[in-house]
Amino acid sequence: MSDDLQMRVTALHDEAAGVRRVRLEPVAGGPLPAFSGGAHVVVAMQDGTVTRRNPYSLCCDPDDRTGYEIAVARAAASRGGSAYIHERLGIGDVLTVGAPTNLFQPDWRAKKHILVAGGIGITPFVAMMAQFARAGLAFELHYAVRSRAAAAFAGVLQDRYGPRVKIYAADEGARLPLAALVGNQPLGTHLYTCGPERLMDAVLETARQAGWPDQALHSEHFMAPPPGDPFTVTLAGSGREVAVGPDQSLLEALEAAGINPRYLCRGGVCGECATKVVELRGTILHGDHFLTPEERAESRTIMICMSRFTGDRLVLDL
Amino acid sequence: MQMTAIRSRPVYPGLAIAALARRHIFALEGEGAGALLDIAGDLTPEVLRRSQILYVARGSLGVGHHGALQTLGAAFWAAPTVQPLLGRLDVELSRSHMGTRLYLAGTEGFIGQAMQVAAAHGIDPASVITEHRGSLACRVQCVHCKGVTEGVTTSPYPCSHCGLNLYVRDHYSRRLAAFQGVNIDAEEPGAVPPPEELYL
Repeated sequence: MSDDLQMRVTALHDEAAGVRRVRLEPVAGGPLPAFSGGAHVVVAMQDGTVTRRNPYSLCCDPDDRTGYEIAVARAAASRGGSAYIHERLGIGDVLTVGAPTNLFQPDWRAKKHILVAGGIGITPFVAMMAQFARAGLAFELHYAVRSRAAAAFAGVLQDRYGPRVKIYAADEGARLPLAALVGNQPLGTHLYTCGPERLMDAVLETARQAGWPDQALHSEHFMAPPPGDPFTVTLAGSGREVAVGPDQSLLEALEAAGINPRYLCRGGVCGECATKVVELRGTILHGDHFLTPEERAESRTIMICMSRFTGDRLVLDL
Repeated sequence: MQMTAIRSRPVYPGLAIAALARRHIFALEGEGAGALLDIAGDLTPEVLRRSQILYVARGSLGVGHHGALQTLGAAFWAAPTVQPLLGRLDVELSRSHMGTRLYLAGTEGFIGQAMQVAAAHGIDPASVITEHRGSLACRVQCVHCKGVTEGVTTSPYPCSHCGLNLYVRDHYSRRLAAFQGVNIDAEEPGAVPPPEELYL
């Protein structure tokens, strides 16, 4: 895309066991596009013949316009992106980085911000807290981790923000006190959660049960596209057929075939890659968080970044 | 219900009890009392125990609702005019926690002003449960002298503060809780078209 940036890796640092922070600075120099806490970038990595494009939250201070930083957890079953960053990425390498996009904006009208992170879900909050602290806004971070050794940024955040940062390490038997967290907050508090699906569901459900309105609840689901059985998709415009491999998303297969559909989050959240289904003989395996249950049932639209297909024929309006 | 399709104008979907709320604050003006009385069947003893009703009558239109509202059995407080009601609402909200839901019913001008109080407490307007009842008259701000006139039913109308003839634009400001009134005879003083009834 035209606003892509060429960025050089200038620092690699292990924030915790299995979490690598990458600092990227623009090859061309000059101030970077501004972003706000919660924003992510899509990083393109050339791994052999495969181009991997993964979204990562920016975890640096939005006031620093000289570089972007991302932190990547080593995934147990990596599709390639996290393994590439942990094993092959070196200082001096150049990556193509899309302009920042924010699908997880803080609500600046809030009187207080409560952040609930699980594991690598900490990353967007690192940037948000820098902004909250500078603006003198009330905030708390509640950070659930497997162990303190695996808690990326825990030390630096505790140094910066003191008692506003609370760590709950599972190996010490600590658990997020969710009911207490949502039970007695002043009016005008907003709650944000990022982390494993189960943790986010529990956080949001506890808040709803305590009478919180949806407008005060924010979450970011970043999921890797699910693997599955290979399938073939037909493009209505050209009649071309594109094969989608078992570890490839439909969007990735289209890109590999030289087609460049629109996208923003690559995680089934934003709706940018919604594509019209022209013909369907089979079942769409919807993997996104965007379509309503009714739209899923109708299957007239597919989110090509996350969803797969099983059946005889799928023709898309491309 | 209003008949216009002004895009900046808020919509008021109607009162419905938020079942999971831990506390309910109802701020009702005039005929807005009817919005709550109409859903009295949903007011379980549990909901009533957690409810606070703030009510202000609106001239002769409000007569009779004090008794009906009091009979519901929730905590009840009646204000003599709108301003003290807004002051009391401010105090109630400052003591409240997340889990408290706010319900507003009455004229658009009242809902808008109560919404300003709510916004100052960080409440998202979309989370406030509202119902328009009573007069369809507008609350209008003169863009020249900034004076607000309540109960405007025609356009143009003479500003009650500076006297300019004001055309009521289809532009609602949530921040001011008012429509915008713009001088219509600036170029040719006195050339004022005959007033038309507004939304009535």
